[in-house]
Amino acid sequence: MNADSIAALLSEKFGEKILGSKIDGLNPWSVVAPAEIPDVCRFLRDDDRLLMDHLECLAGVDYKDRIEVVYIMYSMKHRHRYALKCRLPREAPRLRTVESVWGVANWHEREAYDMVGVVFEGHSDFRRILLPDDWEGYPLRKDYKFPTSYRDMPV
Amino acid sequence: MQVEYSGDVMTLNMGPQHPSTHGVLRLELKTDGEVVAEAIPHIGYLHRCFEKHAENIEYPGVVPFTDRMDYCAAMNQELGYVLAVEKLMGIKVNNRVRCIRIIMAELNRIASHLIAAGTYGNDMGSFTPFLWCFRDRETILDIFEETCGARLLYNYNWIGGLMFDVKSGFEKKVVDFINYFEPQVDNLNTLLSDNYIFIKRTANVGIMSPELALSYGVTGPNLRGSGVKFDVRKDEPYLGYDQLDFDIPVGLGEHGPVGSCWDRYMVRIREVKESCKIIRQAAAQMTPGDVQESIPKRIKPAAGEVYMRTECPRGELGYYIVSDGTLKPYRVKVKSPCFTVMSAFREISRGAMIADIIAILGSVDVVLGEIDR
Amino acid sequence: MESIAQLLQLIPKYDALPGLVRAYMPMLVSSLVIFGLLSLVVLFLVWWERKISAHMQDRLGPMYVGGWHGWAQTIADAIKLLLKEDIVPESTDRVLFKLAPFVVFLGAFAAFVVLPFGASSIVSDLNIGVLYIIAVGSLAVVGIMMAGWSSNSKYSLYGGMRSVAQIVSYEIPAAMAIMTVVILVGSLSMQQIVGAQKGGIQNWFIFRNPFTFLAFFVYFISSLAEVNRTPFDIPEAESELVAGYHTEYSGMRFAFFYLAEYANMLVVAGVATTIFLGGWTQVLPGALTAQLIPGPIMFFLKVLVLIFVQMWLRWSLPRLRVDQLMYLCWKVLLPASFVLVIGVGWVAVYWK
Repeated sequence: MNADSIAALLSEKFGEKILGSKIDGLNPWSVVAPAEIPDVCRFLRDDDRLLMDHLECLAGVDYKDRIEVVYIMYSMKHRHRYALKCRLPREAPRLRTVESVWGVANWHEREAYDMVGVVFEGHSDFRRILLPDDWEGYPLRKDYKFPTSYRDMPV
Repeated sequence: MQVEYSGDVMTLNMGPQHPSTHGVLRLELKTDGEVVAEAIPHIGYLHRCFEKHAENIEYPGVVPFTDRMDYCAAMNQELGYVLAVEKLMGIKVNNRVRCIRIIMAELNRIASHLIAAGTYGNDMGSFTPFLWCFRDRETILDIFEETCGARLLYNYNWIGGLMFDVKSGFEKKVVDFINYFEPQVDNLNTLLSDNYIFIKRTANVGIMSPELALSYGVTGPNLRGSGVKFDVRKDEPYLGYDQLDFDIPVGLGEHGPVGSCWDRYMVRIREVKESCKIIRQAAAQMTPGDVQESIPKRIKPAAGEVYMRTECPRGELGYYIVSDGTLKPYRVKVKSPCFTVMSAFREISRGAMIADIIAILGSVDVVLGEIDR
Repeated sequence: MESIAQLLQLIPKYDALPGLVRAYMPMLVSSLVIFGLLSLVVLFLVWWERKISAHMQDRLGPMYVGGWHGWAQTIADAIKLLLKEDIVPESTDRVLFKLAPFVVFLGAFAAFVVLPFGASSIVSDLNIGVLYIIAVGSLAVVGIMMAGWSSNSKYSLYGGMRSVAQIVSYEIPAAMAIMTVVILVGSLSMQQIVGAQKGGIQNWFIFRNPFTFLAFFVYFISSLAEVNRTPFDIPEAESELVAGYHTEYSGMRFAFFYLAEYANMLVVAGVATTIFLGGWTQVLPGALTAQLIPGPIMFFLKVLVLIFVQMWLRWSLPRLRVDQLMYLCWKVLLPASFVLVIGVGWVAVYWK
C-alpha cells in the first residue's frame, strides 16, 4: 500500500483523531492525537491490510514550540512504511506507552524520556536508560544547559 | 517462560568490566542457584552524546562521529549516514563510488563477523579460533589502511563520494584475499562450528522465537538465526545491491531448535561466504571514474526529514535525519540494531544457567558503542 | 632408593654420622633429587606449552629470552613472580591461605615416589603402589578446598567447591580404569605392572585386549578432568564471574599453583604411561632387539607424547559446562568403566 492509501485508511478509521498528514516527501507521516496513540498503533499492527509489525524508530524531537514523538513503523509482509507523529506541549509532554504493541518500544521510550523528557504513562520500567538515574535535565532539548558539576565532580 | 523461585534469589552483578570484549555492559542477574531467573542489562556506560554532537556540527563533520558508534564495522555506519543525507539531497553517485562502497562495506562485514566468531570461541574456552580469525582480519585492515590510512575508524565514505580513490591493483588485491580466505572459513568450521562441545554449549540455549524477534525489532543475523529470511539489501536495496547475486542464509535448526545461539552464530559464518561472492561481483563491475565528482560544494539539504536504513553486520541500522535547511542537521536519531536486540536479552535469557548467559551474550554479538552511542 | 643409599656410602666419613641420620639420609636425598627433576621438567613443560599453543595459533611464542626460541622464558617468569609483593588479604585465614599452595603441590609431588622411571630407578617400589597413587591424588582436593575457603571470597569458595566436585567425581572412573589392569596383573605394585608389559609394543596393556584399550581412554579423559585442563577447566577459567580458587593469590604462591598444575599433568601422564603404555620398557618386540634406549629416556619420551596430546586438546576444544561435565562423569564414564572392569574380569577368568 502506498502512503496515500494508508493515510486515507487511518482517517477513515479514526476520523478526527488524526490531526493532519503530510504524504509527499521522503518520510510520509500522520499526526495523531496523543491520547489515541496506543489504539492507532495497535490498529496499524493488527489490521490485515497494514500489518505494521516492526517498529523501526521511536524518536523524540524538540521543535522550539512543541515536542514531537515520531513513530516509524514497517510491515515485513506488505513492505510498506509509515510514520506517526504526536505533538506534545513542551511544559508537560505526556503520552501513553505502546510497549504492549511492540516490545521494543519499552527501551525506545526510556530513551525518549532520558533525552527529551517525554513521560510515558503506563510504562513498566520507567527510568533513564543511557544517563545515570539521578541526572537532571534532558540533553536533547534545544534549551539544555550543560551542568557544571555532577555529584560534586566538575563536568 | 515462567520461572519459579525455589529459594532465595541472589543478585549477582556481571559488572561493567568484562573479560570478554563485548564492552562495558552491566548485567544484573537474579539467580536461584545455578539458574538465572532474570538478567537485566544496564547500559549507558559508553554514552558519548553522538546525537547532541550531530546537532552542532555541519553535515560532513558528523561522519567521523558515526564511525565511533559501532567501531567494529565503521564503514557500514558511515555508509548509512551518508546514504541518508544523499537521499535527502537527491544526490546520485557514479558506478565507481558505488562499487568501492560495496566492497568496503562487505569487507568490513567480514571483519566484523570474524571478531564475532573469534571472541565467541574465546568465551567458550576455545582459544585458537580467536587468533585464526584475527590473523585473517589483519589482511582486511591492511587493505583499509592502504586505501584511507586508518585501520579501524576510517572517515572514508563522504556525502556524495569518497575521501580517496583506491590505488591501482586494488581489485586484484581484494580478489586475491577472497581467494585465500574462503578455504579458511572451512578450517574455522572444522575447528569451532562443528565441534561437538561447542554445539552442546550453544545449540539449546537462548532460543529466540520469530514472534519475539519481530516484536522486539530484532534484525540482521539475530533475526535470520530465528528462521526469518529478511535482509535490507534484498528488501529495500540501496547502492544497487539488486544487481548483485547473493543468497541470504537463515538459521535452519540443524542442531537443536531454530533460533538458538548456534543458529545465530552459523548465520554469521555463512554470511561471510556470501559477502565473498558480493565482493567478487562488485570488483568485476568496477569502472574508472572520479570518486569526488558528485560531492556538492555546500551540503545544505532542503528542510525535510528522511529515514534511511542499511544492513550493517549487526542488523538494520536506521538514521532518522531532520533537516531545517541550514548547514547543520536539526536532529539525527540513530536506530541501532544492538539496542533493539539488547532490549530482547531479558526475554531470551530467562531460565538459562549462568554459564549460558555468556553463550547468549556472545551469540547476539553486541557492541556497546552502538547501543550507547 | 637403594642406589642412592649405595652412592651415599661412597662419601668419606659417611659412617661417622649417627645411625638415625643415616637411616633418613637416603629419603632426604631422593626427595631432593625428585624435586629437582620435577622442577626442571615442569619448567620445560611451561615453555613447551607456550610454544605449542603459539604454533597452533599461527604465531611464534617466546623467542627472545635466553636466545634460542626463548628457552629461558619460564625462568624469567619465575624470577619475576618471586620478586612480586607477597599479598595476603586482610580477611583471610592466614594459616590456611599460606599452606594451601604447598598442599596442592604436595599432592603431585608425593605421587612421584612410586613412579618407575627405569628398571631400578624408582624411589620406593611399594607393593600397594597403585592404591598409594590414587590416595595421594586426593591431597590436591584438600589443598584446593583450603585455598577456596581461606580466600574469604564468595566466588573463590564457589570456584573451589566446583573444582573439588569435579576432581572427586572423576577419580572413580580413573580408579576403575586402572583396576582393569590390576586385575590382569594381579598386583598393585607399579614395577610389577611394568614388568608384565616387557617385550615390546604388543605386550603393552593398551593393546592386549579391547577392554584395556578402552580403559586407557577412560583413564585419559578422567585424568584431564582431575588436572583441571580444558575441556574441563571450568574452575580456572570461569571467565564471567570468578577466576576460581586462586583469585586471591599473587606472586610466588600463585606460581606454586601454576607449577602444581604442570606437576599434576606430569604425574597423570606418568601413571598412564606406566599402566597402559609399558612404562620404561622398549617399543620394539623383545626377541629382535635388546633395550636400546635406556629406561628413563623411554619413559620420558612416552610421557611427553601424552602431555603433547593434553596440550593439543587444551588449545583445540571449547569448555564443557559444569552440568555437562558431571553428566559425562556419572552417566557416561562411570558405567563404561564398570563394564570394562566386568569385561576384564571375564577375560581373566575364562581366557587364561
